[in-house]
Amino acid sequence: MWEYSNKVKEHYKNPKNVGSIENADAIGEAGALACGDKLKIYLKIDNGIITDAKFQTFGCGSAVASSSILTEMIIGKTVDEARKITNKDIADELDGLPPEKMHCSVMGHEALEDALKNYFGEEKVENKKENPQKIICNCFGVSEAEIINAIKNGAKTLDEIKEINYAGGGCARCVPNIKMLLDKYSSKKETALNPVQFILKINKVLETNVAGELGKDSGGIELVNVDGKDVYVKLTGTCSSCKNATLTLKNFVEKQLREHVDEQINVIEVK
Amino acid sequence: MNLVYLDNNATTMVAPEVVEAMLPYFTNEYGNPSSIYDLAHGANEAVKKSREVIADFLGAKDPKEIIFTSCGSESANMAIKGVLDVNRNKKHIITTRVEHPCVLNLYKDLEKKGYQVSWIDVDFKGELNVGQLLKAITPDTALVSVMMANNETGTIYPVDKIAEAVKMQNPETKVFVDGVQAAGKIPINLKDTKIDLFGISGHKFHAPKGIGALYVKSGTMLSPLVVGGHQEKGKRAGTENVPYIVGMATAAKLAKDSLDDELTRVKVLRDKLEKGILSNVKNAVLNSKSSNRVPNTTNIGFQYVEGELILLHLNDEGICASSGSACTSGSLEPSHVLRAQGVPFTSLHGSIRFSLSRYTTEEEINYTIEKMPVIIEKLVKISPFQKELKEIFK
Repeated sequence: MWEYSNKVKEHYKNPKNVGSIENADAIGEAGALACGDKLKIYLKIDNGIITDAKFQTFGCGSAVASSSILTEMIIGKTVDEARKITNKDIADELDGLPPEKMHCSVMGHEALEDALKNYFGEEKVENKKENPQKIICNCFGVSEAEIINAIKNGAKTLDEIKEINYAGGGCARCVPNIKMLLDKYSSKKETALNPVQFILKINKVLETNVAGELGKDSGGIELVNVDGKDVYVKLTGTCSSCKNATLTLKNFVEKQLREHVDEQINVIEVK
Repeated sequence: MNLVYLDNNATTMVAPEVVEAMLPYFTNEYGNPSSIYDLAHGANEAVKKSREVIADFLGAKDPKEIIFTSCGSESANMAIKGVLDVNRNKKHIITTRVEHPCVLNLYKDLEKKGYQVSWIDVDFKGELNVGQLLKAITPDTALVSVMMANNETGTIYPVDKIAEAVKMQNPETKVFVDGVQAAGKIPINLKDTKIDLFGISGHKFHAPKGIGALYVKSGTMLSPLVVGGHQEKGKRAGTENVPYIVGMATAAKLAKDSLDDELTRVKVLRDKLEKGILSNVKNAVLNSKSSNRVPNTTNIGFQYVEGELILLHLNDEGICASSGSACTSGSLEPSHVLRAQGVPFTSLHGSIRFSLSRYTTEEEINYTIEKMPVIIEKLVKISPFQKELKEIFK
């Protein structure tokens, strides 16, 4: 069983401000049924001051407690003050949450943020780009940075990421995003290929992705040597005498190798 | 009302007779069964007798087929790893999607190590697709592993028939049955089956935690998991845990003697609880849909309410149960068993398992039936799915 603080217990046993507000000035949502957590928050705002807040939560004890205490925290505050509240503030106010339950406070924070965006007529926050603190897996409150970190520490598959930080293990809505991160960041990991694997992989890309294309112009390519990240190749057939050869090497061959093998590869032509 | 304990599939109260029977082996009869002097004789005799009792409990042909272990997980690990180790040329395993995590995670691990694992599905009732299982058998199949009863839903799988059919197709394939949730709840008669290996855990039938056993059919080759001394005929090293072995044997005897009570009175109470909740709580749906179930278990989902929250409120009323909700498990994932049988998300996260024992009273069941609608009514008010709930409660 989780170690809940007395404050958490108090709030799930007798949650404050349960319900909805008719004609609310702002409504915010977070979570989804599939994940096992969903929170709706309703705000009444007068002259920039939150005069009333109510919530409805589908979730565990700490989710209800987070929602309940959040409504208490924001009633009487200005909208600007409320905006500064972080998920950590919510957890602190509850005298802490078990680490596995921090996503409950994240959800409270998201619902509030959503409500305020809704109040100001702004777009949803979800599409903020390249924010390492952005939560990717809402079920378990796992941030982009944590997932990237797991990949950098050797996680190569979705299952391995799940084992490290649970990301993707709940409703699975975030799985495509995790896979994107896997594609993006685990390719860098490939530098850990041993020299033989590195050469074989280069050769394979040259054979499958490059040779065919050059062959269309009756040209060809041979791998001569690999020295660190420098890849020495020899162009054959019509390519060997083509004045655009350097262009071909840099724009096509090097690009292919950088994309499929290693981002730092340099292609050098051997005459 | 004192504590109402309805989580007997998690663990059970140690029976007072069991504690009584164990005590002398901590104090007067503390000898090492392997020693030569008189003091050890009592301990040695106790282990021998206990082995006979467990053999009788499981319907084994010969007490030699019983090996004492420390728990159900050890029994499973010993059986699975032991079989695969002596059949290294075979790399195929068949198991179900609904096994206990101790077995499931071991197979996931083996899958990573190069084994091919066929995962057998269950239908919406939780019943096993036996046809799919039999089709999966190949000459390369080293092991078929099916639990006898599911810990979350209580569903019984036809392991006798499966073992029979497996052996017809490939006599070399070994059959391991995780019997942890079946032992003490339904009759078991291994000598009449083709099951090779069968694991049990004492604390699920009123023995203490920390003791289990593995049945190994005579003639089944198995390499040991714990290597060391000659104990358990070299199949499981380590000085015998005499008091706990005595405790488990005592518990097994009590369980066998009260099997009739389990199959009648406990079943009646379970059915009463199930019907009581389903008829008094409108958003309750039955997850344990199979008619072939152990008599003590039911699993009920409460739509649009989350399981941990229900458990916390039950706890405040002195009722202990457990949940397939993501939030209560250490892994934070919703029940793989309920997901495998396609329980929808609307009730998956609000699934509660009630598991009774022979100590459960009618008064306790009445109390639970009375409390449940009150708790759910309170929690329904908090739910953001008011529109959906209105439909259900109208």
